[in-house]
Amino acid sequence: MSAEQKDQERYEIRLSGSGGQGLITAAVVFAEAVGVYDGKYVCQTQSYGPEARGGKSKAEVVISSIPIDYPKALELDLLLAMNQAACDAYFYDIKPNGLLVVDSGLVEQHPTSRIIAIPFTRIAKEEIGRELVANMVALGAIGLLSGRVDLGNLERALLARVPKGTEEMNSQALQCGIEEARKVNLDDLPRAVMSDDDEV
Amino acid sequence: MYDQGKQRLLLQGNEAIVQGALAAGCRFFAGYPITPASEIAEQLSVELPAVGGTFIQMEDEIAGMGAIIGASLAGVKSMTATSGPGFSLIQENLGFACVAEVPCVIVNVMRGGPSTGLPTCPAQGDVQMARWGTHGDHPIVVLSVSTVMDSFTITVKAFNIAEKYRVPVILLSDEIVAHTRECVELPDIGEVKVMDRIRPSVPPDWYKPYEGDARGVPPMASFGDGYRHHVTGLIHDEMGFPTQNPREVESFHKRLARKITRGFPDVQMTRGYFLDDAEIFVIAYGAVARSALRAVQDAREIGIKVGLMQLITLFPFPRRTITPLLKQCRSVLVPEMNLGQISREVQRVNEGFCTVVKHNRVDGKFITPREIYSHLIKI
Repeated sequence: MSAEQKDQERYEIRLSGSGGQGLITAAVVFAEAVGVYDGKYVCQTQSYGPEARGGKSKAEVVISSIPIDYPKALELDLLLAMNQAACDAYFYDIKPNGLLVVDSGLVEQHPTSRIIAIPFTRIAKEEIGRELVANMVALGAIGLLSGRVDLGNLERALLARVPKGTEEMNSQALQCGIEEARKVNLDDLPRAVMSDDDEV
Repeated sequence: MYDQGKQRLLLQGNEAIVQGALAAGCRFFAGYPITPASEIAEQLSVELPAVGGTFIQMEDEIAGMGAIIGASLAGVKSMTATSGPGFSLIQENLGFACVAEVPCVIVNVMRGGPSTGLPTCPAQGDVQMARWGTHGDHPIVVLSVSTVMDSFTITVKAFNIAEKYRVPVILLSDEIVAHTRECVELPDIGEVKVMDRIRPSVPPDWYKPYEGDARGVPPMASFGDGYRHHVTGLIHDEMGFPTQNPREVESFHKRLARKITRGFPDVQMTRGYFLDDAEIFVIAYGAVARSALRAVQDAREIGIKVGLMQLITLFPFPRRTITPLLKQCRSVLVPEMNLGQISREVQRVNEGFCTVVKHNRVDGKFITPREIYSHLIKI
C-alpha cells in the first residue's frame, strides 16, 4: 500500500480549548461510537496541564480501517477550536484541505476563510439552557462534518457515557449541533486553508 | 476490521492493566494514587472487592509495597501501581521482595522526572531505575507495553513470570499508553493462560523454604498453611535463616541470578518487524515503538531496507535476539524519551558490530514518526 493510500485510511480529529470545556469527554464519545459501534480502528489520546480547570486542553481521535501504529494526530483532517488560543496554536497542523471548526462566540479572529464558525456555547445556553453542554453541540457538528461516524451510533455512545439523568439534555445538545452543521455547505468553502493563488 | 464475534471495549491503557491483573488472578492491591497511574487504583478499588479481593489505599508507596509483599507471602497474587515519585519510594521494600523471592507486580506509569517533574507528560526516564533502583545485585524482570491490548496481555505475562520464577516484575507503561483509548477484544477468562507459584509437595517438617528446584526456584508455601518458615531481608540459607557463610552467600546470589538470566523466551519477549532483509534497524519500546513502526513502514516505501525490533522485555536485556541483528545490520537507531537508557544496553552488547545511533527527547513530548524517519534516511 502506498503512503498516499495509507493516509487516506487515516482520519485525524483534534478537539481543543481550555480545561473544563468537556473536550476529552466529547472525544471519548466520538471514539466509542467509531470503535465500538461502527467497528473501525480508533485511538483516542489527550494532553492537558496539571490544572483541574483552565489551561490548555486537547483531545485527539484517529480513525482508520487498518490497525493504527502512531496513536496521535500527524496532520489534522478536522480541528475543533473552542477558544482563540487553541485556534491560533493548532491551525498550522491542519491539512491543506482539512476543516477548521470554531465556536464563533469564542473565536473572533479567523486565520482562514476555509472555516466553519458555529456559536456552540450560545446554542447550548439558549436552546438547551446549559452552557455546560456546548461540548455535545460541538460533537454533533463535527460528527456530521467529518462524515466518519454513524450519527445514530454517536448518540448511542453518548447515552452510554453521560451521567444518569442528563441523557435527554445531552442528546438534545447533540441533535442541535447536527442540525446546525447541516446548514453548512462544504462546497461553498475555499478549497484550501492556506492558499496563495485563489483569486479574490 | 475486528472479529465480529466478540464484545469490543474502548479502554485506556490503565484500564486494560486492571483487566489483565484480574484475569491473571490478582486479588490484592495496595498503593497510593498518582498521575498518570491513578486510574489503575481507582478502578481496582471497585473491581477487586467485587471479586472477593482486597484494595487498600495506604499512607504512602513505601507502605503499599510492604503490603503487597505481605499479601503475596500469604498466598495472594498482589500488585501496586505508581509513577516516578512513588517508584522512588517503593525501592526499599522492592529489595526485600527480591531477596525474599516474593512474587509481585509493580506497575510504573512513567512521567517526566526527576522528582515531581512533569506530572502529565510522557517520558521513559525510569528504565535504568527499574533495573537498578534498589541496592545490591538483585534479579528483576522489567517489561514494557506499547498498546492498550499489550497492557492487558503483558500484565498477565508479568504475573505469570512473577509466579513462575518467584521474582518481582516491573511493568513499565508511560503516559501515552496509559491514557490512550483503543478498542480491544478481551479474551474470555478461560482462554487466558495463567500460571501459579509451585507449592511444596513435601510434608511440613521436610520443607526447605529456600532450596531451589532444578530451575533454581524454591516451592513457595503460604503463611498459615502449616509450613512454618522464616522470611528475612538478610542473606539466608536454605532454611531461611541469616548466614554469612561465604559458600552459602555466593550460591544464594548465583541461584537468584540464574533463575532469570538463562535466556528463556517467556522471560525475554521481543517483537520483530521487517527484519529478514534489514540493513539497518530500530530498537524501540513502549509508546515510541508505535512511532518507530510508522517510520519504518514509511522508509520501506522509499526502498530503505529497515526493520524494527520492539522490546517487550527490557531486563534481563534480550541479548540473544539483538546480537544476530547487530551482526546483520550496519546501523541501529535507538529512539527513547530519555537521554539514552536502553541505547547504553545496546552499546554494551554491540561489541563493535554496527553503528549505534541515538535519538533522545526529554522535553515532555512524544517522539514523532517524522523524527525517526529523518534519521532512517540518513544512517
